[in-house]
Amino acid sequence: MDTFAYVRAGSLAEAAEAFAAHPGARYLGGGTNLVDLMKLGVERPTALVDVTRLPLAEVTELPDGSLRIGALVRNSDLAAHPLVRDRYPALSQAVLAGASGQLRNAATTGGNLLQRTRCPYFQDVSKPCNKREPGNGCAAREGVHRDHAVLGHSEHCIATHPSDLAVALAALDAEVELYGTAGVRRVAAAGFHRLPGEEPERDTVIEPGEIVTAVVLPAATAGLPSAYRKARDRASYAFALASVAVVLEVADGVVARVGIAFGALAHRPWRARRAEEALLGAAPTPAAFERAADLELSEARPLRDNAYKVPLARNLAVDVLTRLVPDGPVPHEEDS
Amino acid sequence: MGSEHGPRSAPHRSETTLRVNGKPHTLTVDHRRVLLDVLREDLDLTGAKKGCDHGQCGACTVLVDGRRVNSCLLLAVALDGSDVTTVEGLSGDGEDPHPLQRAFLDRDAFQCGYCTPGQICSALGALAEAESGHPSHVTDPGAPSGRPVALDRDEIRERLSGNLCRCGAYPRIVDAVQDVTGTGST
Repeated sequence: MDTFAYVRAGSLAEAAEAFAAHPGARYLGGGTNLVDLMKLGVERPTALVDVTRLPLAEVTELPDGSLRIGALVRNSDLAAHPLVRDRYPALSQAVLAGASGQLRNAATTGGNLLQRTRCPYFQDVSKPCNKREPGNGCAAREGVHRDHAVLGHSEHCIATHPSDLAVALAALDAEVELYGTAGVRRVAAAGFHRLPGEEPERDTVIEPGEIVTAVVLPAATAGLPSAYRKARDRASYAFALASVAVVLEVADGVVARVGIAFGALAHRPWRARRAEEALLGAAPTPAAFERAADLELSEARPLRDNAYKVPLARNLAVDVLTRLVPDGPVPHEEDS
Repeated sequence: MGSEHGPRSAPHRSETTLRVNGKPHTLTVDHRRVLLDVLREDLDLTGAKKGCDHGQCGACTVLVDGRRVNSCLLLAVALDGSDVTTVEGLSGDGEDPHPLQRAFLDRDAFQCGYCTPGQICSALGALAEAESGHPSHVTDPGAPSGRPVALDRDEIRERLSGNLCRCGAYPRIVDAVQDVTGTGST
């Protein structure tokens, strides 16, 4: 590991200044991914700007009924927070489905969003990787890619985003709050992460030097039935092969509001807008859920070894949607 | 920083004070050093083990400010002012082992023992988390917030999934932890 300067920021302004003063700097949160990548030689910062002492560890109810989660709220505290468990169960479930107790105690809300892909070629500096080194090639496309993307990938990168938390945020219509020298802005969580396109080195829409200060959960999805389900190789402590977060409101026998986001299928949480459009106003039957999921996944382009992800994701979505219908699924009356 | 300096010429050592098992230590550390290495190499506390060194195996688990963490992923410089508890600190000043240590002995909950300090520190943290009402992946989502979570075998297995045991002593590790929760069977 190369040496680096260490700056402990006392304020957001100080953090941004220190970042600007050290080209090649990185912000340090819980460090569970960054320190690991530094050990692997994937990240080689000239300076670490430690933001962990900033006052961003609060969960606050805002006057409009939304819930603001400070970027330094630890994953374990986020998952255990009574208001999160009560109003946004999918978020609590998603966080608890990820990592281990030790890692969730260290990892922060902001850092979770900014973690990098676990593509083994990205993490191995001896292998080609366009994300690590633009123009270097992609070893995963013809290599071991069972865990990789089936949606939205490009010729340059087939990596997936590993976060569970981000998938729940995307389905719940959360926003990400960013601080930068130009001020504070909010972006939709569903649009915070990017597809790889021509620039696989860019995971998110964050600008250099910007700091995630919070995520905001909207009043509109507070208290609605929601859930997260994750399929993985082990029962615990493994990244998703496919996952889904769903928020579903049924009123007068039809779908009044629905948010569906898939995890581990793409370079970002995959908000299933086509499926949602198909379901809005429809009766919440298993058949309708199947058709909607199939419609969304019809644009999947699986690689040599990961076609299994498409039916897996479909079945997860149908299962979670069906379970979220109040008083159980409506009988198959329209299936005849 | 003068313009003649390169980006890596800034100081790369800083002073940091850690309170380890109740005793303060002020050290000047290279920024690259993680807590695990400082504990083992500078403070001669070799209970916490280096297994994978990547946060995947849990052998390095200690408690920082009362919470279990992977000490291999924590930069010592960033922990200035923190309270650290290692397996060496569990029995306090006395000769008697901590109830968890006693339970691991009683249940013969290890073979080689390399993962054991991490298992015990992790179990200690997990017990406190459950007591304070933290849910896990296998907790019923409808369970009331803020109330202690009872730890059955499924809960213990899930909550300790961040601690690998290559000898495969898991059944007895679960037995030992269950003994300490007071719900163990004989």
